[in-house]
Parts: sequence; structure tokens; C-alpha cells
Amino acid sequence: MATGTPQQALSTTDLVRQSLAGRRLDPRTVAFEGLLLLALLITIGLLITLLVDVLVDGIPVFASRGTDFLTSNLSSSPERAGIAQGMVGSLSLMVFVVLISFPIGVGAAVYLEEYAKDTGPTRFINTVIRNLAGVPAIVYGLLGVAIFVGALGGVTGGRSIISGGLTLAVLVLPIVIITTAEALRAVPMTIREAAFGVGATRWETVRSHVLPYAAPGIFTGTILSLARAFGETAPLIVVGAIAGTFRYTADGLVDQLRGPYTALPTIIFGFSRDPDAGFRAATAATIIALLVVLLGVNALAIFLRNRFERRW
Amino acid sequence: METSPRVQTDELGGPTIRIVTQPAAEEGVQPGVRDDQQGLAATLPADEVVFDLQALSCFYGAFRAVRDINLQVPRHRITAIIGPSGCGKSTLLRSFNRMNDLVDGAHIEGQILYHGVDLYADGVDPVEVRRRIGMVFQKPNPFPKSIFDNVAFGPRVAGFRGSMDELVEASLRRAALWDEVKDKLKAPGTALSGGQQQRLCIARAIAVEPDVILMDEPCSALDPIATLKIEELMHELKANYTIVIVTHNMQQAARASDVTAFLTMGDDRAGYLVEMAPTATLFTRPDSKLTEDYITGRFG
Repeated sequence: MATGTPQQALSTTDLVRQSLAGRRLDPRTVAFEGLLLLALLITIGLLITLLVDVLVDGIPVFASRGTDFLTSNLSSSPERAGIAQGMVGSLSLMVFVVLISFPIGVGAAVYLEEYAKDTGPTRFINTVIRNLAGVPAIVYGLLGVAIFVGALGGVTGGRSIISGGLTLAVLVLPIVIITTAEALRAVPMTIREAAFGVGATRWETVRSHVLPYAAPGIFTGTILSLARAFGETAPLIVVGAIAGTFRYTADGLVDQLRGPYTALPTIIFGFSRDPDAGFRAATAATIIALLVVLLGVNALAIFLRNRFERRW
Repeated sequence: METSPRVQTDELGGPTIRIVTQPAAEEGVQPGVRDDQQGLAATLPADEVVFDLQALSCFYGAFRAVRDINLQVPRHRITAIIGPSGCGKSTLLRSFNRMNDLVDGAHIEGQILYHGVDLYADGVDPVEVRRRIGMVFQKPNPFPKSIFDNVAFGPRVAGFRGSMDELVEASLRRAALWDEVKDKLKAPGTALSGGQQQRLCIARAIAVEPDVILMDEPCSALDPIATLKIEELMHELKANYTIVIVTHNMQQAARASDVTAFLTMGDDRAGYLVEMAPTATLFTRPDSKLTEDYITGRFG
């Protein structure tokens, strides 16, 4: 850095420039940065490999059959098999999940955050809910078999959309509670104090201020948990989605909901196990359909979060 | 032996201060008997006492934040509570309208009589208490809603039946904010400047026609000009409201208040009342060495 000028009366500026110049190459910095980059590349590389594999196999199905694949019923012949029943089944399940887990989950979270006193039992319940969110999905599936298919079989119709929907709703309930509680906690205490300070009751404070300000976070969390339920396979297999297909019958809506059904993830499972090699492409095409729906749902969640994000 | 309180205030405040406080001493409180809190009480007619604290202690769980406070807040005066950080000023203030009920584990011992009624008695609804005893907070905290809705929220939940437009305008006028916001009532309250936000919060507090306004360091987040505006506003408001202000700014207490209570912290970290007196007296001839040290900047 110091250029070879003779050591004669350097100005202050030159001295400072010299002392500030030295850019050392620290081997630890380089090594650490390299490791981090490697971790990132492995992640992205795996994802891309997966995606490319699926796209290569699945795109030809859409190219040759177009939307026919989406609108056809299941079939034993891979050339004619479609996933219409899975789409209808999955969407029906989601309606159940939203109708059940949203009100119950938001209600429980509002109670825990806004009403319950911070006592030992409250903290214990919070811990339990956090742990429930980490329980493997298959366990919820077995719970669904025992309760919704078995004990309540008379109401749900056994291995039905109702049973599957209830099982998935219970599965995402802890996630809805946790994300809602986080959204409520993000509303500053000062806002509650402001409302209480002018003589609002707790109900008025929660309804007019806390809930509206937390709403974007609550919706985002609910949508993301919906996406989780949409892709969940194991519990559905246990509660019987694979057992049957959705019937278009003249029966009433209730009978249909109590009847056999299937969903996109279980179709993927079924196709992938089929010995007929022709189903390999159908499997990939179903995965693409599922991913597109999931990406759409996640994009909606991100859009909502950015659109309504609030700064305090 | 006593100089006039008026002169003392001016000496403290300096010529640029436009608010000339007229110490409450001249009417109700006799300086000289103030070292005995009972004596101070004895000089105030009963209907001039808004708050009468009797051996009040405030707790957070097992921790006692404030201990054994006896003091009286005179009607239609500005009472300042000063003291070093952490001495329980805010805790004390928040016990006046039961705001500390919102904190788990917070409770009091002793009594706060509000016009003779025990605020913590069974059957007293804290919501009703807060309707009459409004609060302005340290950090301006407007709702992320329109300016209009900020002011209208309190009256709405109180079941106000008159013209909301008129009430909002009157409240904003009394908070000296109307001229600055009359053309943008639909704009969010959070888009205003800090000083304007705090005046909006004052408008929000007075819209429910309270009896008392509690202010918890209302100017600590504001610049000097905005601070002066709030102080002027307080001076105007005291004609109709009793104001209690917590401040760690001694100049503010000296400029803007009629009566000052000085709290400090004991060895048990609990705040206690050292003395309370007409502001001019407390700042010029404090009884206690602790007060003198604090106001002359020797500690705190």
C-alpha cells in the first residue's frame, strides 16, 4: 500500500490514508463465508433437482392432455386417469379446516393473550400448545381414526370427508393458535392502555382495536396453516382418504360429505405405488398441481402480510 | 419571612416562559404547615379535594413499588409528581385510574378516595373509573385510525348520542389541534408529528368529558416547542379539569404546576413521598434536604 516514496515529510492526509488502507485477507472470514454459501447451495440445489425432476416428468402430461388431466376422474389406465376427485376432495377438506380451526383457534388465542391471567396454568397450556404443534402428523391421524372415524362414526360416516376435515382441523389448530397469539402480541400494550384509558371495556378494546390491528397477521397465519393441511398426507391415509373416491351421486350434500373421498396428496401416494409405469408421469403431474395450489396460497399470504403490515 | 410565590416562579422560569403559574397556595393551601401531610389536608376544604391518598402502597406481586403515601390532589389545579427514575411515580399515577389493574399481580394497600369514594372498593367498576379519570401517556399512542375516529372512540363506547362532528371539533379545539387538522380529519392519527399526536391523545382523553386528566411524562418524547405547547394547553385545561402530571423534568414541574409532590426511593427500592407543597415553595424553600439535593441536581 505504501508506495515506494522516500520517507520524507509525509502529510497528515498521506499518513492517514496509509493507516486506513491495509485490506487484509482473513482466512477465517473466507472459510466461514464459503461454508455458509455451501449450505445455501446444497439447499437450493436439492430443491431445484426435485423441481426439475417433477417438471420433466409431469409437464408432458399437461402438454398432451391439457386440463383434461385436472377434470377427469380416477382411472386404472394412466392415459385416462385424472385428479378431479382429488381437487374436489382437497378443497372440501380445506373448507372444513377453515370453518373449524379458524374460529376455535382464534378464539383460544384471544382468550390466552387478552383474557387469561399470566399464571402457572396459563403458561403450562401455552407450552402444551407449542408442543402440540410439533407432534407428528401421523399421530393426529391415529387420533382421527380413534375419535372421528371410530367413536363419532355414526355422525361422521366413518372414513369420510367430515372425519378427514376434522382430523386436519385439529392438526393445524395449534399452529393457528400460535400464529394468532403472535399477531396479538405484536399489538403494543400502549394501544390497549389507550383504549382502556378512555373507558373502553375489554370487549370494546379487543373488538375495536386489538383484533383489527392483528387481523393481517391472523389471516396470514391461518392461510399458511391451511397450506400445511393441504399438503398433509399421512393423517389422511390413516383416516381413509385412500380407501375410496369421491362419488358424484344424486345423494344430498350431507351424504356426500359422509361418503368416501380422496385428496391430492393421497392420490400422489396412490399413483406412486401403482406398478403401471405409466403412472409415473401422472404422479409428477399431480405433484405439479399440488405445488401450484400451495404456491398460490403462500403468495396470497405474503401479499396480505405486505399489504397490511403495520408499523408502530 | 416569605417572598411572594409569584416572584419565585418567575425567577425559576425566567422571562421567556409564558406560563405564569398562580400557585394554589394562595387559595387553599397554606405554606408553612406542609411538612405535616395531615396539616396540608386540613387546610383544603373537602370539596376541593379530588384524590385523597391514605397510606397507599402499590405492589407488583411481592415487590412494593410505592410505600405509605399520604397526599391530596386539589381540584382544578395542576399537581406535579417529580422524583428520580424508578421511584414509582408512574405506578402511583396509574393507580389513580386503576390502569395498573391490567398488570398481572399489581395490587394496592391503603386507600385512594376520589371525591370521598374508595376507588378500589368492591362494586367500583374500573371502566367507569377510567371514563372519569382520563390518561395521557408517555409515548403518544394514537390508534392507527383516522384523527376523527381517535377522538370519537371514547364517546362512542360511552354511548354518546349527540352530534359526533361537533364533539370531535370541540375536543380538538380544546386540545389546540383543530386548526392544524381540520382539513384532514380522515387522515391517520399516526401520520401527525409527535407533538400533534400527543395533543390528539389529549383531545381523545377530553372527548369523554372526564373530571381528571392524568399525564404520565407527556412531553418526554417531544421537542421543546411541542413541550411548551402542551404546557400552555395544560394551563388552559385546568380551568375545567384537575390535572396530575408525572414528570422527570423539574423545569417543567416548576413552570407548569401549582402543587408539587416529590417522591424518592428508599433502601427497599420502594418510592415514598418526601414532601408535597405549593410548587413555588417546594422549589425555593424545600423542607427536606433530600428535596433540596434533588432540585438542585445533586442526585437523581
